[in-house]
Amino acid sequence: MRKLLPLALLGGVLGLDVVCFPQMMFSRPLVAATLAGAFVGDATMGIIVGVTLELIALATLPFGASRYPEWGSAAAVGGAIAGAMHTAAVGTLTVAVLAALATAWIGGITLVRLRLWNAWLARRRRPALDAGSRGAVIGLQLAGLTADFVRAALLTAVAYGLLFPVAQAALGVWTLSESLSRGFVVSAATGVACAAAWTIFHSARGARWYFAGGLVVGLVLVFIR
Amino acid sequence: MTTPTSAPVVRLSALTWVNIFTRCLAIQGSWNYETLLGNGVGFCVEPALRQLPGGVHSAAFKEAITRESAYFNAHPYLACVAVGALARAELSLVPPDRIERFRTALCGPLGSVGDRLIWAGWLPFCSLVALLAFGLRATPIAVLVLFLVLYNAGHLALRIWGLHVGWTRGLGVASALANPVLRQGPTHLARAAAATAGLAIPLTAARLLGHHVTLLGIVLGASALAAVVLVRLHGRVEGYKLALVLVALFALVSVAR
Repeated sequence: MRKLLPLALLGGVLGLDVVCFPQMMFSRPLVAATLAGAFVGDATMGIIVGVTLELIALATLPFGASRYPEWGSAAAVGGAIAGAMHTAAVGTLTVAVLAALATAWIGGITLVRLRLWNAWLARRRRPALDAGSRGAVIGLQLAGLTADFVRAALLTAVAYGLLFPVAQAALGVWTLSESLSRGFVVSAATGVACAAAWTIFHSARGARWYFAGGLVVGLVLVFIR
Repeated sequence: MTTPTSAPVVRLSALTWVNIFTRCLAIQGSWNYETLLGNGVGFCVEPALRQLPGGVHSAAFKEAITRESAYFNAHPYLACVAVGALARAELSLVPPDRIERFRTALCGPLGSVGDRLIWAGWLPFCSLVALLAFGLRATPIAVLVLFLVLYNAGHLALRIWGLHVGWTRGLGVASALANPVLRQGPTHLARAAAATAGLAIPLTAARLLGHHVTLLGIVLGASALAAVVLVRLHGRVEGYKLALVLVALFALVSVAR
């Protein structure tokens, strides 16, 4: 728990990257969960959670004004929980992915609230904007950036603070085997990824054949390795 | 007001360009449901507008920044095209009504082209390449570096190209949107990403499961079934929410048993 403040700052930076700055995709689950896992001492557990979440995140692309989950802070929470629990192997992936998905869902709601707040602030500053105030334009931008960072940092702190003890308690009484637990989560993630791949690419002529060709090669590689 | 042809185009210093480019990375900082990217465009163009006659306290500056901070919608990366073109138009003293018409006309193309090229093409492609690297047993650092370098090579190149083409072509920038990369790129990327998805998904699942062949067979079968259900339910159920509910139920069963 002493890592809560630095983890919250990491979550703030990752959450900021989702929309506001600099959108370099540090916030993708693959990156964010690995960084958070490494931060608490286990990058390998972090990337395992990150890859699982990345498969699911393929289905939620940030088109225009659509509403989508906030993966940056969420993956930081999932990666940190998995990284901190690495000794309790059974069920860790399941619990960490569950914590991240719940945080991503809440994070998406907080993003919508932030955008409404930005609109409210812009309305309040309308007279200054209409008068050509340079300070109002820059101020609105900086206020939005700061608020997004604070939003993401608070979300990370609250989610980790609440979910880490729950995860610990759940793993203490976890009854199902690791194979079944991991198999279930990976099935859900790859199922979402396959559906996402189909939805995104099927409109391109011939893409389904490219997918099928890749799948055959992928399966051959899996079974000969 | 001077006509666009007679007004000389001001040269911007390297520092001003760095300032504009850095601001472009934060163009969505105050994104909201009313003006969308509008304030962000004003924020990005502002360093260039300081070159207007009379500087930041002039009426020309105030009118220009008000105009540039109004409603605007575009893909955040391709908005750099608009930033460059609008900066040039303002500094060339193009009549305001013409700038406003141009601004409105840019919104649609810069949004749809960017969404298809980046959100539905480049991002999933880079993500799948990184998953493939993971499936091929790359180390965590190698996977991260591969993803970030590959994605940002395209991302930053697009932003720099956008600013450059916007500034050099000004109000004639629409022809740049006929660039083959923007027109044909999404289709080629979709095919490449589809092939990479087919390749990466089983290899990624295999590594996540520790190469347990029987379990992998069951998982891939279950995944195919889940994918068919999700595709059939397209638009009615979000994949991540379904995953959240299923994993939560599974965890409850494991804890309560």
